[in-house]
Amino acid sequence: MIMPLYGLMAEFTNPADLLQAAQKTSAAGYRKVDAFSPFAIDGMEDALSLHSSKISYIVLGGALVGMLSGFGMQYFSAVINYPVNVGGRPLDSLPAFVPISFEMAVLFGAFAGVVGMLILNGLPMPYHPVFNVPEFKEMTRDRFFLCIEARDPKFDADMTRQFLNSLRPERVADVEA
Amino acid sequence: MAADQPASPQTSTPYARIDDRISSFVLRRSTPRGWLIGFGIAFMLSLGLFGAIAYLFYTGVGIWGINIPVGWGFAITNFVWWVGIGHAGTLISAILLLFRQHWRTSINRFAEAMTLFAVAMAGLFPILHLGRPQYFYWLMPYPNTESMWPQFRSPLVWDLFAVLTYALVSLIFWFVGLVPDLAAVRDRAKSRFAQIVFGFLALGWRGSARHWQRYHQVYFWLAALATPLVISVHSIVALDFAYGIIPGWHGTLMPPYFVIGALLSGLAMVLTIAIPLRKFYHLEDLITDRHLDNIAKFILAMSLLITLSYATEIFMAWYSGNQFEEFLVQNRALGPYAPLYWLMISCNAIMPLALIFKRVRQRPLFLFIIALLVNVGMWTERFVIVVVSLSADFLPSSWGIFVPTVWDIVMLFGSVGLFAALIFLFIRFLPVISISEVQEEAAQSAEGA
Repeated sequence: MIMPLYGLMAEFTNPADLLQAAQKTSAAGYRKVDAFSPFAIDGMEDALSLHSSKISYIVLGGALVGMLSGFGMQYFSAVINYPVNVGGRPLDSLPAFVPISFEMAVLFGAFAGVVGMLILNGLPMPYHPVFNVPEFKEMTRDRFFLCIEARDPKFDADMTRQFLNSLRPERVADVEA
Repeated sequence: MAADQPASPQTSTPYARIDDRISSFVLRRSTPRGWLIGFGIAFMLSLGLFGAIAYLFYTGVGIWGINIPVGWGFAITNFVWWVGIGHAGTLISAILLLFRQHWRTSINRFAEAMTLFAVAMAGLFPILHLGRPQYFYWLMPYPNTESMWPQFRSPLVWDLFAVLTYALVSLIFWFVGLVPDLAAVRDRAKSRFAQIVFGFLALGWRGSARHWQRYHQVYFWLAALATPLVISVHSIVALDFAYGIIPGWHGTLMPPYFVIGALLSGLAMVLTIAIPLRKFYHLEDLITDRHLDNIAKFILAMSLLITLSYATEIFMAWYSGNQFEEFLVQNRALGPYAPLYWLMISCNAIMPLALIFKRVRQRPLFLFIIALLVNVGMWTERFVIVVVSLSADFLPSSWGIFVPTVWDIVMLFGSVGLFAALIFLFIRFLPVISISEVQEEAAQSAEGA
């Protein structure tokens, strides 16, 4: 019985081997490659030539929206919709609007960043093919995996398996889709 | 170390040892007896708090000792004290992250939990203090039939936004930090129930390099946002006081003074939790003497700054030439609340000076005692600020003395109990030290070696 294949996954026992394997895989021309590790590995972004992430812009956007809506809300309330004359003091008392504008900027920036991270990462995602590999359970403990996906144009079940074996992993496993 | 699932020797890499140990605290079947006793005591105190709250809702704030002229009693004192305690958690998790202080790694998780629970306690008191707590949402801008808006120039409204933002940002900061560890616990869990619960919470985390990249970036930004946030929160709390014309409150010193006090009390609370935690869970190799030493140095620095604030207060009272400010200083030191003032001075300004000596910083027992004293001293400071000023302001005919009732005291200790109970639950059910970050540290030090 042939199951549809999501990709091939090589298992390593330490981060340095995984990093080296990732570099070699990129050098060999594979693009749909992902590395899985219990913690972030320094240099992995370059090894897999990942694009720089958009998170910073999302946080900035959220913070600006928060700041402007916080400020706008206060200005609208205090100047336009509900002016209260306190001893003839100006209604547009801008310094008094700073704290809430700031708090709203922080709140929206933080939430935009976290929600953006989750959406870009496609989380929450309870099911993913890599979980079909029984050894993957050990990833969060002390295992390091490199997966080449079947949709990579260079992917060929036998050739890729041979290539992964040349990286001297612990084992190479099929990832069922 | 009585882990229920000891690692098999052939797979025992340093990463596996870290993971097995920390996840075993969560996944072990048996609950240590010390935990049960501690949680039991804390839970009894929390029940006291819940009972007192029920009685308060039934009767009103008259069950407390507050009256005119001292309308702000224990509730506001507790609020300011609890918010302050939270701040050290953010200092450790966010500010030290930005400064790349790697030693923070094994203490940030429970410091963040401490922040969260302390802010929850803090949030309770202003609402209880409202008198009509069911209308607390009137502080928020929401569409209503009267077309009313809150007064956005009022520090009390700023306070709502600041504390709410702080609580929410602390919560997501803590949760985002937890996700990879929840995945680790999910993968170690043996029981179906634990697998489902932790699997649900871990959001399907699979440690992908792409995920780690975005994760680290957002974690960094959360730290960068939390750093000014933490300073703003207690500054705004201080403005609640500084906006009033009461002697001792109406000064530009208040915001930095409050932030320093917050960090002092929060760091003391970190030590109060860390020292028993590392003793009973045998974490001396993860929460090392160096951690305690560094926190002790922080406490010493904050204590010196708070001494400077106390001195500045006295100097400004004299320099202002304002007789009410001058009288306040005298009244604090020699008046009816003088013992509390001197307790505050000795706990916050004098006792921590012992931390100058390395021998003191290396003795967890001494550190623990000093941390407890600072906790007491900081609560006393909040009390002195709130109550002494109100009890004797401008007209002697309107002076009055505040005496706490038993309900004041039940609520104070009840909130300490609820805080402790939440900490106990956290230690039992979530990874108390960040697994992935400690593993990352181990990888980096292995690389350097």
